[in-house]
Parts: sequence; C-alpha cells; structure tokens
Amino acid sequence: MAKITKANSLGEWFDQRLNTTAFTKVMMTEYWIPKDINFLWAMGVVLAVTFKILIISGIFLLMYYKPDVNLAFDSVNYTIMQEVAYGWLFRHMHGVAASVIFLVIYIHMFTGIYYGSYKKGREMIWITGMLLFVTFSAAGFSGYMLPWGQMSYWAASVITNLFAGGSLEAWGLVEWIRGGFTVNDATLTRFFMLHVFLLPLAIIVIIAVHFYTLRIPHVNNQESDDIDFDAEAEKYLSGDKKNAKVIPFWPVFLSKDFAVLGVFFIFYFYLVFFHFNFAMDPVNFDPADAMKTPAHIYPEWYFLWSYETLRGPFFDMMGMKAADIGLIIFGMAQGIFVVFPFLDRDPDVLPAHKRPLFNIWFWLLLVDLIVLSVYGKLPPSGANAYVGFAATAVFLVLWFALPIITKIDAKRRGAL
Amino acid sequence: MRELKILAVLVVFTGLLYFGVEPYAHTQLHKHVDAPEYSFKDVDGLKGLKGDAIAGAAHVQANCIACHSMEKIGFPKLMDDATSAASYGVVPPDLVTSGLLYNAEYLAAFIKNPAKATQTEHKFKDGAVHPMPSYDWMQPQEIADMVAYLQSIAPKSVTNKEAFADACQRCHAIKYGDMLNGTMASFTPDANIMAYMGAMPPDLSQYIKSRSEQYLHEFINAPQKHLDGTAMPRVGLTEAAEAQVINYMIEVGDSSRDDRNSIGPKFLIYLLIFAVFAWLWKAKIWRDLH
Repeated sequence: MAKITKANSLGEWFDQRLNTTAFTKVMMTEYWIPKDINFLWAMGVVLAVTFKILIISGIFLLMYYKPDVNLAFDSVNYTIMQEVAYGWLFRHMHGVAASVIFLVIYIHMFTGIYYGSYKKGREMIWITGMLLFVTFSAAGFSGYMLPWGQMSYWAASVITNLFAGGSLEAWGLVEWIRGGFTVNDATLTRFFMLHVFLLPLAIIVIIAVHFYTLRIPHVNNQESDDIDFDAEAEKYLSGDKKNAKVIPFWPVFLSKDFAVLGVFFIFYFYLVFFHFNFAMDPVNFDPADAMKTPAHIYPEWYFLWSYETLRGPFFDMMGMKAADIGLIIFGMAQGIFVVFPFLDRDPDVLPAHKRPLFNIWFWLLLVDLIVLSVYGKLPPSGANAYVGFAATAVFLVLWFALPIITKIDAKRRGAL
Repeated sequence: MRELKILAVLVVFTGLLYFGVEPYAHTQLHKHVDAPEYSFKDVDGLKGLKGDAIAGAAHVQANCIACHSMEKIGFPKLMDDATSAASYGVVPPDLVTSGLLYNAEYLAAFIKNPAKATQTEHKFKDGAVHPMPSYDWMQPQEIADMVAYLQSIAPKSVTNKEAFADACQRCHAIKYGDMLNGTMASFTPDANIMAYMGAMPPDLSQYIKSRSEQYLHEFINAPQKHLDGTAMPRVGLTEAAEAQVINYMIEVGDSSRDDRNSIGPKFLIYLLIFAVFAWLWKAKIWRDLH
C-alpha cells in the first residue's frame, strides 16, 4: 500500500496515487533523443497527429454514415456533404488525411532506410513500423469502399479477386472474404467493421508497441553516431546543454515537432479546402454499379507502385501465366520491406551518403517506385506496358542486389 | 542549410510523383475534344431569314400544341406526364422557355429535322423514328417565323433551376435537388425513359463532382464528341443557358463550394500565425543548445 498523506495540490494528489512525477520523467522530460537531427525526425509526431485527425473526423462521419448498399452513397454525398453542418469539412479532412498520411509514412520509411535506422538492435522498430504500414493500407482500402461509389466497388472487386491466387483458383477463399459470389452488402458491412473497429484498434496497439521499441535502442541520428545515452543525459542534466549530444523529448524535441507541424498543417489544410480531388477521385462520385465497369480502374496513389508490379509482367514467361507472375511479384512487394534489416548485410549503421553503392541503390529504388506509381495509373497500352514491365524488373533486381551491394560496401570499408 | 536541402529534395520528389499520377495521368486517361461551339454553325438553321412572330404564332398553334404545352401563356398540358410518356416515349417539353434556352439557329434546324440536329440519327434507323416528326416540308420562312414566335413568348430570364428543369429533367433526375419531396425526379417515368433511351439516363446529383466543369460544357454542347454513339441528344443550349444548367448542378451537388472558399483562407491565416509562434518557441528553446 502506498503511503498516502494529505495532498497540498491536485498534482500531489495524483502523484501519490499514479506516480505522475516519475511517469512524466520517464515518458517526457528524461526520455532522451539525439540532438543531431533534422526535420525528418518530426515525421513520427506528424503521423501521430494525422492519425488523431483521422480518428476525430472519422467519429463525426460515423454519426451519419450508413453501411448499407442502398444508403451508403447518399449518406456520404447527400447527408454528410450537403446537409450536416460542416459535414463536408470533416469528410475532406478525413479523405485528405488518409491520403497525406501515406505520403508521410513513405517519407518516414525512406528516412529510416537512408539513415540505416533499422538494424543493430533497431530491427523491431522497423518491423512494427512495417506492420503499421500494412494495417494502414488495410484501413485505407476498407475506408475507400465505404462511400460505395464506382471506384469503391470495382477496386474492391479487383483486390478481393487477388485472393483467388491466379491459377490456384481459390474461389472459395474469395467468396469467404466477400461474403458472397460478388462484392455485395455483406462485403460492405464487414469492411465497415474492419475500418471503424478492428483496424483502428490494431493500429493503436501497434503504435504503442512501435513507440516502445524505440526505448531500448534509442532514436538514430543524422550521422549515425553511437551515443552513450546515459553519459550524455548526465551532461544535459548537470547543465552542460551545449555539449550534451541528447535532448529531452519534452519540451526540446517536441518544440521542433510543433514547428514542423505548423508548416505541415498549412500544407494539409490547403489541400483540404482547395485541392482535394487527388484524394477523392471523381470517378467515385458515380454510385456503384455492378453492370458498368469504369473505363479505367486504378487504386489510390499510395498503392499504385505495388499495383504496377502486379500488372507489369504482361506476357507469359517460363511456362507461367502473366497473371501468376504478376501476383507472385505483387506478393513479394508486399512483404519484402519487412525483411529489409536482414537483407542489408552491412553490419555498420551509417547514412546512405557514407555507403557508396547503397547510396546509388537508395535513389534508384526511390525513382523506380515513382516510375511504377505513375505507370500504375496510366492505361497499360503500347509503350506504357513496356515501361511498367521494365520498372517491375528493376524493382526485382534491386532487391536481389541489396544483400550483395551492402556486403561489398562493408568489405571496402573494412567492416567485414 | 542542410535542412533546406533536404526539404528541396522532398519537394522535388513529391512534386514529381504528384505530377505523374495526377495532371499527367489525367491527360492520358481522358479524351481531348475541341472546345464547345455555341454558334451552331454546322446546322441547317435560319440561313439569315428574319422571322415574324405574329405569323409564327399561327404556325406554332397549328403544328405544335397537339403535343406540346405552353402553360404560362394559356396552353396547358393535354395529358399528365405518365400518359404522354406512354404515348410519345418521352414527355414532350413545354415550349415557353425554348426561345430563351436554345440557340435560334439550332431551334430552326431542330424543327426541320430533330434527329439530325440532336446528332442522334444512329438511334433512329430500321423503322424507328424520332418521336417529334420532321417539319422540313415547311417553308424556311415559316420555320423562321416559328422561331421568332418562340423567342417572343420566352421570359427575359429564368432561374438556374428552371433552366435545368426545362433542358434536362424530362430524362434526367437530380434527386439531391429535393430529397424530401422527390420533385427533382425525371418527368418521364423510369420504365419509359429506359425504353426510349436504351439505358437509364443517370441521376445528375453528383455529376458536378464526377465530371469536371469543362467536361460538362463539352459534353452538353456536343455529346457525341466525348461518347461516340451515345443516346444523349445535343440539345442546343445557348452558352448562357448551359452555364445556368451547370450552376444549378453546382448548387445541388457541390453546395459547400462557397463555404470552402470563405472559410479556407481564414483557416490558413490562423495556421500561419500558429506556425510563426511554433517556430519562435522552438527557436527560444533551442537557443541554449548550440
């Protein structure tokens, strides 16, 4: 039993019961972050805040949304968009945040890749991060179905169809996922459940784990300097803030995050008010119609690169059907980033500009993903199909090359 | 300095990606057509003839009012919508506003040969005929007189909603225009309009969102340009009437547009102030660290 005395303040009252002083130290004022960082280190907090915007705007949308094939479209486009006071604002905030959060996730991911923040004890940070990418993708996909427009319906048809596994013809699995032979009311209600309950819950839990994975190996820094956090913290606490290589999470690290957030908000709300079509595809303002296939079916921009690896191989090779090859590469593309820490054979943590071959690899991957994304949206005809195929091939080659080039870099440096 | 360099890299790559998947992709995904042409030069129109409204009155009353109403000037509908749809295939329009909504050259060409003027001759083959007969047996002067008469009885202006109702609503519903009472359903019952058009003409509630304004102008002005073989007729709206129709679609389908434009800048100014204070606070805290 804790020793409870008469408290002189509310803070003290809570401290006796919840140990708030020690908790604040551990979580905020004595949680140490390296000082040598740039604004890319703020992306974690930007993501957390964007996720919060999604939850809050989502709660308001949930008050009026109706998960029923006969009501869904009008509940979004009439009730929320025209009738509910500021309903349009919440929908725009939700739709744009869902799109922008993927941009920030990609920036966050590529920051991690560039600075090597996924190895030597930081593997679990990377893996839980990739789990978040997967759960966010599922949330994005399930959410896109809810307005029950043409793209909602047809994207759902195409993506659930993938579970048949091409020539495996696992139609039973597809029907089980859809709750019917085609995408239907049961599909909508179950994806609604996933979107508003199971996936947000899973995301919140994984975010907590993701934060926790940072505690032991600590946050990386710009030069990948191996910092003795205890000694540096000692320096900071003794008042030698200038020479200490660390800063406390609160208020120093977060003050920088807020400054970055300020700029991010201007960008984000500009999109919300004036430039939202990229996140709310016009085609999805036509109600779902199972009898009318849209001229072009494409996913949201953040899935385009993996979508292109699916349709990139457009001819049969080595006795395999084009569709099967695409499906295999697509499946690989989904999983390969998770094992990144184990494909990088370089034992040192260094930023890419100190790893000659890896540096080239990094920028090639980035450019290749952009090429895949652009050609994932264009109609796959004529020269487009070949560009998509070539970009898919480059994507594959890059991953096979990763263990080799990282090893060469390490050998030349004398680390292996 | 290094942070600015990183920011520049970020902006360039994000911009490249954005340009590729949005503006560039859209130029590749959509068909390009000529700009709308509102003088209807291609039609077999008035050919410079000046009409006489008084002479036209007699022609219109002798030839048109068996099917068409002109309610505002005392020629009521002879049948309710369902009955006239069953008789003609589609509800014939009231003619009072036609002189205002439709281009005069087009109106003349339409009276002479409706299927040709509407560019839907492909629909009326193998014995099928346009529900409105061609009046090309009349003298060009008589047709010019009828057009002059229709212009003389037309109101000086109509509301956006009236323009939409007269120009589009015989075939198209726009249910968001009146969700509670359903008055913005199409005048022609669904079964008749499906039989007449071959497919259900879409509800236009969200067309302002699903199609760009530019597309709507191009499409309404000459539907065949975008959708080769479509059953949608060219209706010959004047530029002003077409703008009114589209404005009605904005009022109904994008009712938050004014709100967005008025609240948006205020939001951004507030956020700019927030960002300035956030940077000042950050600068104050980090001053001791270097």
